[in-house]
Amino acid sequence: MSAQIILATANDGLAKLDNYIKAGGYQALRKVLTEKISPEAIIAEVKASGLRGRGGAGFPTGLKWSFMPRNYDGVKYLVCNSDEGEPGTCKDRDILRYNPHLLIEGMAIAAYTMGVKTGYNYVHGEIFEAYEVMEAACEEARKAGYLGKNILGLDFEFDLHNHMGYGAYVCGEETALLESIEGKKGQPRYKPPFPASFGLYGKPTTINNTETFASIPCIIREGGQKFADLGVPNSGGIKLFSISGHVNNPGNFELPMGTPFKKLLELAGGVRKGHKLKAVIPGGSSMPVLPAEIMMDVNLDYDSLQKAGSYLGSGAVIVMDDTTCMVKALERLSYFYYEESCGQCTPCREGTGWLYRIIHRIEHGEGKPEDLDLLLDLCNNIAGRTVCALGDAAAWPVQGMLKHFRKEFEYHIEHKRCLV
Amino acid sequence: MLSQQIITLIEKELKKYPADQRQSAVMAALRFVQDEKGWIAPEDMADIAVYLGMPQMAVFEVATFYHMYNLKPMGKYTLTVCTNLSCQLCGSGDTLEHLHKKLGISLGEVTVDGKYGIREGECMGACVDAPMFSINNKQLCGRLTNEKIDQILAELDKQ
Repeated sequence: MSAQIILATANDGLAKLDNYIKAGGYQALRKVLTEKISPEAIIAEVKASGLRGRGGAGFPTGLKWSFMPRNYDGVKYLVCNSDEGEPGTCKDRDILRYNPHLLIEGMAIAAYTMGVKTGYNYVHGEIFEAYEVMEAACEEARKAGYLGKNILGLDFEFDLHNHMGYGAYVCGEETALLESIEGKKGQPRYKPPFPASFGLYGKPTTINNTETFASIPCIIREGGQKFADLGVPNSGGIKLFSISGHVNNPGNFELPMGTPFKKLLELAGGVRKGHKLKAVIPGGSSMPVLPAEIMMDVNLDYDSLQKAGSYLGSGAVIVMDDTTCMVKALERLSYFYYEESCGQCTPCREGTGWLYRIIHRIEHGEGKPEDLDLLLDLCNNIAGRTVCALGDAAAWPVQGMLKHFRKEFEYHIEHKRCLV
Repeated sequence: MLSQQIITLIEKELKKYPADQRQSAVMAALRFVQDEKGWIAPEDMADIAVYLGMPQMAVFEVATFYHMYNLKPMGKYTLTVCTNLSCQLCGSGDTLEHLHKKLGISLGEVTVDGKYGIREGECMGACVDAPMFSINNKQLCGRLTNEKIDQILAELDKQ
């Protein structure tokens, strides 16, 4: 297998169909269709690959696909979640703009497997340029017979449409995303029923992340086991990591699961010159922060990060050096969840505002000693008490910060200024 | 009244969805109005509601739920500055300060000549290019420095 499976750059030119085909593109789809590989065999291969949802939740992809009803005659849908708005995360954008046909091929294989004829790709509203690349790529694929009726001249039909979001973090939650495609406010649905039985327009629907779909062609071409072996047990394959914040060379890197954080930091050129690593949010802004001394010994995979007290999430790594005020950082994150709460569930709608206002007053020298316990009490009354995980996502950063940097918050309250 | 150009664009969007799901095109329709007029007035929402066959209130709900719609007139060029964590760490505060110095406006304001407006944005999903702003929700400008901002503004001034 080549070193880079999913990640491409503008220089690779893969957004053009010709170049993608020259690089071996659409061979996996051709193999599936011409060899008439059974859906069961494909699902078994995906299960063997150990691929888990790359959007952040890490649900096993093969298992998710097996939930779709097989002997259902009506319309079914396939949806790609490219609504990448978790602060720190920007890997799917590079797939959309530099390797769009890989996503189309992955979705076409998934559509064949689950008997779906129509797919939607929901693109984050802020990345219009990537949406335009996807629109052009779909058009090109349609003209060349990789989308539409009789794909590759065979008896298989699948078309893919791009739907643009317009600034709502919560639409990254799969049922809010479905509501949004239906032309409504993006408010998550109560589950069950799950999308596999009641999804888009009430039809059975499977939703996967962009990177998840983009991993499929390689798995089909090379075999699930080979993909799994690239990673570590329980975290199969390779993964894209976005590293941002206080590093010399922020960027996206494709690495085997289980790569030490140290190695990623090195690839990103290390911490800004003259500064020391202080803390890292390892998987997108919702994941609990970890201090440098823990992080420098952690490997980037689901189990290692969980053992260390955080999560792999979307693989978005936010690096903070010794100039960072943790109160200020948390204030901004808490504002984000307050701003993005859809307002449907009382604990989240009211609680996120409460969290933000308390952290705001600590940051501005008006905190009270009892505020820290109040914050934790609030977190316990938000997390797990809402329809979707946004409530948990708002609570985890607060809990993580107070677990590892409580002293800094206490200093802020006592001295009315930063420790840094 | 929706312009012919907007109707053509909406019709193209409608082809993506089942015939009985016209409401699915509402987000795009609002975007097209904003692209043409710079903002979306209640009358535009009413026109979209009639065209797509949905209650006016449902259009209003969508327009107010998603942050990127302008519900009041903004500048000819609206710069949406991301201030979320990765951008904050990389200096989005300096970006805002520089824009304030150059344009004399703060978040949510428009220059007197109507040329520039500044909005605060949430995560744009391009954090490795922090700090950044978008121009009219179309073009992302990242890895901003004061010099780079000056260049971008000079380019826009020429247009």
